[in-house]
Amino acid sequence: MILFQLFISMLKIGAFAFGGGYAIIALLENEFVTKRGWIDHDEFMNVVAIAESTPGPIAINVATYIGYKLKGFLGATLATVGVCFPSFIIMYVVSLFYERFMEISLVMAAFRGVQICVIYLIASAAFKMLKKMKKTPRNIALFTVTFCGMTACTVFDFRISSIIFIFTAGVVGLSAFLINKKKKEAKK
Amino acid sequence: MIYLQLFLTFLKVGTFAFGGGYAMLSLIGDSVLAYGWMTEEELLNFVGVETVIPGPIAVNMATFIGYEQGGFLGALLATVGVVLPSFIIILIVAALIKNLMKYPAVNAFNTGMRPALGGLILATAATMGLKVFIGFEKVGSAVAFDWRTLVILAVVIAVPTVYKKLVKKEFSPILLIIVSAGLGMLFFA
Repeated sequence: MILFQLFISMLKIGAFAFGGGYAIIALLENEFVTKRGWIDHDEFMNVVAIAESTPGPIAINVATYIGYKLKGFLGATLATVGVCFPSFIIMYVVSLFYERFMEISLVMAAFRGVQICVIYLIASAAFKMLKKMKKTPRNIALFTVTFCGMTACTVFDFRISSIIFIFTAGVVGLSAFLINKKKKEAKK
Repeated sequence: MIYLQLFLTFLKVGTFAFGGGYAMLSLIGDSVLAYGWMTEEELLNFVGVETVIPGPIAVNMATFIGYEQGGFLGALLATVGVVLPSFIIILIVAALIKNLMKYPAVNAFNTGMRPALGGLILATAATMGLKVFIGFEKVGSAVAFDWRTLVILAVVIAVPTVYKKLVKKEFSPILLIIVSAGLGMLFFA
């Protein structure tokens, strides 16, 4: 039954996930952490970090991982197919009527409203993470530098892959850990 | 052999695109322009449409370009191609991760990554916000403010906040998207 439920949940998320990767993550968290409690917040954040640092669409990485965690290979397959299926069908139908679809002004008007909602959803996902983050100087610095860096890149039209920020932050975390370990060993 | 070409191109995109979402766009754009499957203008137009179609951007692009170049089979092959590398890599990672997380070094790396991830997500919202609310994309672009966007934003913030106060439960994001679509039609049509 959990397989069926997983597939339906993923279908639903795939059908309503406007605004790409991070918006889907907000939906996945709402469904699997808040509503169903199949995976706890800490593990979910780990999964997102893994999804960020492995290639491929983030949403698919997270879906595959959750599916695998719940029901192994079959779960992973169903979750991945489930989250992609609505996009595939919707995009396929849109492709058939692409030219005419673009000319419907009511459709475009609705989409302008949706864009605003998507910004709100993404921002609230970020604030939720900020609230749960331990407020150490290092964490605050990493958060601020990444936020300002990425925003500045877009504003000044300067391309840096987000993966560089993520990896640098990871290296900072790792270095801090290694330095601490060295210090402890020196004390002994 | 267009089918093979579609499959291999999107397999490559799926394998090398780190960061997902809009980070993927440049890689897809390069391949698509190189093969002449789309002009630059068509690509830009499509990205506009894409943002309002649900689902992962990579899947949408694969389906659309696959269909344009090779009909249903093309759409299917391109989509499977773009998803397959993720699927395999995550399966390998997920099978190993139980042991991997035991290593303090891996944990330390992850601890560093998390705050940066939060910063990235907020930056995404901020840059999208700049574009949608004041039409600002990059230095030098014209700024256009539209009060209607702020009205919709106010409603979109108020509805879940009030709902949470009254019902003590989270307002469904999906429902919120439907509400915002209605508001869009009301204000912009």
